[in-house]
Amino acid sequence: MSGPALLSIEDVAVELPTARGNLRAVDHVDLALGPGQTLGIVGESGCGKTMLSRAILQLLPKKAKLSGRVIFDGQDLVRLKAEALRKLRARSIAVVFQDPMTSLNPVLTIGTQLIETLQEHLALDVAAARRRGVELLAAVGIPAPEQRLNQYPHQLSGGMRQRVAIAIALSCEPKLLIADEPTTALDVTIQAQILDLLAREQRRRHMAMILITHDLGVVAGRTDEVAVMYAGRVVERAPTRALFKNMQMPYTAALLAAIPKIDAAPHTPLAAIPGRPPDPTRPLKGCSFAPRCRYVSDQCLRGKPALTSAEAEGHSYACFHPLTIAAGVSA
Amino acid sequence: MVGFVARRLLYLLPVLLAVSLLTFLIASLLPGDLAYVILGDQATPDKVAALRHDMGLDQPIWWRYLGWLGHVLVGDFGRSFRTGQTVLQAVAERLPVSFELMLLAELGALLIGIPLAIACAVRAGSAFDRIVTGSAFSMLSVPAFLAAILLIYFFAVELHWLPATGYVPFSEDPLGNLRCFVLPALTLALGEWPVLMRVLRSDMIATLQEDYIAMARAKGLKPSRILLVHALKPSSLTLVTVTGINIGRLMGGTVIVESIFALPGIGRLLLGSIYTRDLIILQGVVLCVAAGYVLINFVVDMLYAVLDPRIRHGHA
Amino acid sequence: MATLELQITDDIASSAPQGTRRLGLLFWAATGWLIFILAAAILAPLLPLPSPTDMDMLERRAPISALHWLGTDALGRDELARVVYGARISLTVGLFAPIIGLTIGGALGMLAGYFRGRFESFVVGSMDVLLAFPPLILALAVTAYLGQSILNLTCILGVLGIPAFMRVARASTLTLARREFVIAAQALGATHARILLRELLPNVALPLLAFFLLGVAVTIVVEGALSFLGLGVPPPISSWGSMIGEGRESLEIAPQLAFIPAIAMFLTVLAFNLVGDTLRALTDPRQGAL
Repeated sequence: MSGPALLSIEDVAVELPTARGNLRAVDHVDLALGPGQTLGIVGESGCGKTMLSRAILQLLPKKAKLSGRVIFDGQDLVRLKAEALRKLRARSIAVVFQDPMTSLNPVLTIGTQLIETLQEHLALDVAAARRRGVELLAAVGIPAPEQRLNQYPHQLSGGMRQRVAIAIALSCEPKLLIADEPTTALDVTIQAQILDLLAREQRRRHMAMILITHDLGVVAGRTDEVAVMYAGRVVERAPTRALFKNMQMPYTAALLAAIPKIDAAPHTPLAAIPGRPPDPTRPLKGCSFAPRCRYVSDQCLRGKPALTSAEAEGHSYACFHPLTIAAGVSA
Repeated sequence: MVGFVARRLLYLLPVLLAVSLLTFLIASLLPGDLAYVILGDQATPDKVAALRHDMGLDQPIWWRYLGWLGHVLVGDFGRSFRTGQTVLQAVAERLPVSFELMLLAELGALLIGIPLAIACAVRAGSAFDRIVTGSAFSMLSVPAFLAAILLIYFFAVELHWLPATGYVPFSEDPLGNLRCFVLPALTLALGEWPVLMRVLRSDMIATLQEDYIAMARAKGLKPSRILLVHALKPSSLTLVTVTGINIGRLMGGTVIVESIFALPGIGRLLLGSIYTRDLIILQGVVLCVAAGYVLINFVVDMLYAVLDPRIRHGHA
Repeated sequence: MATLELQITDDIASSAPQGTRRLGLLFWAATGWLIFILAAAILAPLLPLPSPTDMDMLERRAPISALHWLGTDALGRDELARVVYGARISLTVGLFAPIIGLTIGGALGMLAGYFRGRFESFVVGSMDVLLAFPPLILALAVTAYLGQSILNLTCILGVLGIPAFMRVARASTLTLARREFVIAAQALGATHARILLRELLPNVALPLLAFFLLGVAVTIVVEGALSFLGLGVPPPISSWGSMIGEGRESLEIAPQLAFIPAIAMFLTVLAFNLVGDTLRALTDPRQGAL
């Protein structure tokens, strides 16, 4: 990454008090992203990636405790006042949520939900906002955009709804777009279209993007850098190509192996990762992945590995026994 | 949609019929005798028998019921033997007063309940929320006549701000008319707001957890807009239903308040007919009120289906 | 959103405790008040109270004193004694009327929910008709025709409660009758009566009990309203409602005459509501407190 960072996440931790104890959802994460770049965050359900995205947006639940700094465009969002933060939203940072059926309000028209952001942040009047709305819907590939403005979310298909959500996110020309599992709730056939749409719009607007997913295959070829998260921490981080060529963390390798390959022989068993992620309310003393790791040793159980840099530029990992695998992956 | 309406209408008719039958039966099973009551101290056995024959009271019950029902269906509910007015005339005179009371009461309940519900939903679990919810619960244990006494004591007796009783028609003096309704409407509103508040609060708390609210916040919209446009609308369905049902229910509840505050509405008409033993009016008014009650519930059912666009388009 | 952390945040948001759902201080205070007032009502003749009917025309509307612990009313009668004896009347009607609703409505509801079919439609339909009448108006009309007496009042208020108890019993029975233990009993050849009494009734009893307590609260209020208008218990018998009605005339000079029975009624109704609502929340948490 060259030049000053647009977004710098420094030592961010999120704790949630629950009935079962204190939940460490995000455990001291450091990440950075430059303007126009794409960062992929990959991990299983429950690894903290969504909580991290909420932490960036300052949209955590009321009882959550946030520590650390989130520097965006020179300002620490954690310390920013509510009103200033509100003005920043949509205008500078936008988000696309996972499930467009629940992230769009079912009793308001598409038009209302698209235009209100324009009216709020760009101070457009209704007519101008409607024109812009139609342009945006057309840009994301929705046919008959004028009619759509008056329709309700349930009248559109899943893929179309997500396109609307993307249109809403792009409407105020944000500098950063956070896409939280944007295709997980969609049909497989639509997934590629949506991801291509995101990539295209990003290039066109020179927008930075954070792509959050549980699927390593999604980030291959679409991101500049990948961070792999497990149990609230970043366990490996590298420029995308380097990650796939030279992954160090056994967890990353296991994730990759778990992707079904189209050219594998028929009836090849899927290599699933045995075990389950640790209970976040009872953090382990040693490495969080130890119970499931093939290469586990006593050292792994005694203490947590810190994020160390590999010899390659920009590649870091948190493991006592890094692999040096040249994974021949067709991304 | 049309099928839905038609089916509900079909169910409505037997209920209305049964209501009329029940009303008539109650009226007919009196130990006393209508003829005696009418003749009063001029009653002699001969006169009573003659009057009974005139009024058709010596016919079998089912015959009398059909006769009465037939008259009712053409709009003839009978005539008060005290005042000479027909039942319909008497009801038509008093109905606007009761309606005004009911509407103002429900409006008052909404004005108190909606802001409190929103404020509590936003601060769910806080001390404020607990205090308001606790007060709402306690208010449900304060019946209308208690609230009336309290309000009369404070506003009329102590502060002399508002009249304790009396009625001025709207056409004569709009402001004076409204002044007369403040205490009665407030009395009823104090009993109604807890239910409305709790329904809306509970729905809003659920709505505020939804993803689309998080999305609205992520869009940087003003908090007031998020609350009033994004959160309130999806949460209001139950509120509207309950409000509609309440207005129907209030038809019976105005009796006490009208009596205490001396408002000439349906309730007072009913009470008056009881005091003066004007049984024709009593029968007719009970039927009107019961039928109105059934009809209002029917309308509310219809409204519910109309309000949710998802139901309108066939999605649940 | 199926990610683990967000499910847990849902747990956090919904764990805000509601006062009516725990057997906390309020519940026990309410129970205590109810025991106290019931004991006072039952034991009234044995208590060292002046007679509630003795009039002392020289001491009318007297304030609190050693002789009259709560003062006297407009006719010089001891207010404390009147409140206690008024409790007897209010609680008698308040407790016995819902018993009618509970027994008849509960039985009808259980039978309707168990046997289903045309019988059920008939029962539900008739209850709808009964429910079509605004209750106060029906009570007024009936007492007008049948005359005022405690018995008539109790009966009509009891009958008015039947539909509500029917609904509760039927709803409980409908969910229970489909469970395995009923089907098992039927397979073993148990008679309907046995199933209804041994299997279903114990399970339906608890929601009905909760509802009964709420019904007592409502009945006390309705009886109070009727007596307030002079159309409830026949004078000279006085319940709390009639005391409030009488006190209304002295509102300007001696407001306590209306407020003292009002407070007694409010506390009792509140207590029944609290206890009933807590029990209802315990037996069917989905219904909530509406």
